[in-house]
Amino acid sequence: MKGSLTTRRSSAGAGRRRRPDDLGGLAPETLRALYVTMRRIRRAEETIVALYPEQEIRCPTHLSIGQEAAAAGVCQALRPTDTAVSTHRCHAHYLAKGGDLRGMFAELYGKATGCCGGKGGSMHLTAPEVGMLGASAIVGGSVPLAVGSALAASLRGIDEVAVAFFGDAAMEQGVTHESLAFAALRRLPVLFVCENNLYATNSPLTARQVAKDIAPRGAAHGVPGVIVDGNDVVGVYKGALAAVERARRGKGPTLIEIKTYRWREHVGPNYDVGPGGRTQAELDAWMAQDPLAALARRLERRRVLPAGHRETLERAVEEELEDAVAFAKASPFPDPAALYADVD
Amino acid sequence: MKPARELRYREAIDEATRQAMAKDERIVVLGVGVDDAKGIFGTTRGAFEQFGSARVFDTPLSEAALTGICVGAAMRGLHPVLVHARNDFLLLTMDQIVNNAAKWRYMSGGKLHVPFTIRAIIGRGWGQAAQHSQSLQAMFAHVPGLQVIMPATPGDAKGLLMTAYSTDSPVLCLEHRWLYETSGPVPEEPYYLPIGTAAVVREGSDVTIVAVSHMVVEALQAAEILAAAGIEAEIVDPRSLRPLDSDLICRSVAKTGRLVIADTGWRSYGVSGEIASRVGEELFGRLKAPIRRIALPDVPTPGSQKLEQVYYPGSSQLAAAVRQVVEGQGSSETDGRSRPRGATEFEGPF
Repeated sequence: MKGSLTTRRSSAGAGRRRRPDDLGGLAPETLRALYVTMRRIRRAEETIVALYPEQEIRCPTHLSIGQEAAAAGVCQALRPTDTAVSTHRCHAHYLAKGGDLRGMFAELYGKATGCCGGKGGSMHLTAPEVGMLGASAIVGGSVPLAVGSALAASLRGIDEVAVAFFGDAAMEQGVTHESLAFAALRRLPVLFVCENNLYATNSPLTARQVAKDIAPRGAAHGVPGVIVDGNDVVGVYKGALAAVERARRGKGPTLIEIKTYRWREHVGPNYDVGPGGRTQAELDAWMAQDPLAALARRLERRRVLPAGHRETLERAVEEELEDAVAFAKASPFPDPAALYADVD
Repeated sequence: MKPARELRYREAIDEATRQAMAKDERIVVLGVGVDDAKGIFGTTRGAFEQFGSARVFDTPLSEAALTGICVGAAMRGLHPVLVHARNDFLLLTMDQIVNNAAKWRYMSGGKLHVPFTIRAIIGRGWGQAAQHSQSLQAMFAHVPGLQVIMPATPGDAKGLLMTAYSTDSPVLCLEHRWLYETSGPVPEEPYYLPIGTAAVVREGSDVTIVAVSHMVVEALQAAEILAAAGIEAEIVDPRSLRPLDSDLICRSVAKTGRLVIADTGWRSYGVSGEIASRVGEELFGRLKAPIRRIALPDVPTPGSQKLEQVYYPGSSQLAAAVRQVVEGQGSSETDGRSRPRGATEFEGPF
């Protein structure tokens, strides 16, 4: 037990960076799936950026550009019957878990055909048909929901794993620690996935927490921690897969810290570098490690995904996006009576 | 029809829980101390003995996470029943109750439901003071998406809890500790009282008393005092605060023309104000007298028994308020405050 609680760094962790062409022994179809998921998230987010000035997406949007490997890598290790909950920054998790792109864009447009019928908006994307149970916009608020999902699976004897996606600031919330402790106590099949992107809105991690790493804090509750490089989707996937397999064997929860970075501002389509904010040098350094471009290069070099094949897959993503946006724009707004439905 | 069997309030809760669990294997009961020898004043121990630790289990004192865990479990095939020995502990869980339990169905466009029952006890007396004897129903009844029930009799406790245990919505059941040893008729078979339906506890023609939770007991005592003075009070127990049965309350007030509201919570921004405003909106021109409210003064609960006696309004004060409404000025309102209370109604410790 003692040994298993030592925080591990995956082979891709800081200091032991994956060799440029290391594909971790993954099957070509797994690697291609990871690429398509990340590309789909990246392009969906960039499409929001492009459309935002039209003032038709009238809700706050928290973009995951730069953090795609976290959602893609973790969800690739899950089955559709496994569950996930997320945060205000939930587009990537919704899409990686298998959420419908039309439903997402229609929700952003506030339409009746949205994945929440137009009642959730950008911060509460939900797709229970693929295990996406939704998201809370209160930091740390959704973490216990994943534990509850795992508790239900455990008590009902169902082979299911639950994932709580959250950010570094959620580690500052008591409910997160309560959730870690309870999951360990009952050895529940749950992954605590912390995307440490170094900022809570504009507050840097160093202004909020003493310890540099988050993963070791699980050990105090009996939850082993793993640190993975968020710019290396192969490392994220392998770290998540090990935690998922551990959970399925009845060994309990794992806390996975993914070192990552959001390229854009906390909320909205723009960048936020400048006086009083993040530095251009810091942003440039992270963008130089673009997880999507890094995977594309690796897959091309290893001939898993030659340029021509990649472009075909990318065209399919673009077509799906065009269709989703057209669908959202053409869809009707909710009937006024919907205001009073689904409550009490 | 055979005469109904009598049960104590706490026994009615225990029976409702066990009957519901026998019918529906999704129901699990959890909370601090639910499986210990006392089992939340006898309301959960029976279920533990009947169904075992897989379905009735102790938890850490992590009220916030446990509430969220119940929300997550509710969305995935369980109906958790989370029990708190004091409703004051619910303040630790406000984010999970208000932002998650009450809203998840709405935010998901109706895709997900949260069948989840929270039981919490309102303490009173025995020097429990400011953090163990609050009556916080107004805070929760304010929140759309959360049903709030406050059964005042053993029969209502069973029937309303059976309904709570069988609905797909989150329900908060607030149980006044002083009701736990009261007895009343409770049918043995399972039965379901609709949430959102008030009850006429006593019929009368001169004034309507809308009384909440333990104040129903006080109102019945007040009605006896009033009857001796020739005033027939009709007592309406809302039983559920959200949804609130405005129709029945307004029908009664339309008949009597007078309204006194008795709540176990604070006076300001509370249940009594909500009921008064609904009646005022519907029946302004038909009221024969101003609406009066009997509620807790706007101060925290004191510790000393002498101050408790001043703090809690009782049947005498309620009767005095009714006389003032019926007879006009001149009746004393203060004698209820000085009425000694104690061992005959409640023996501590909790």
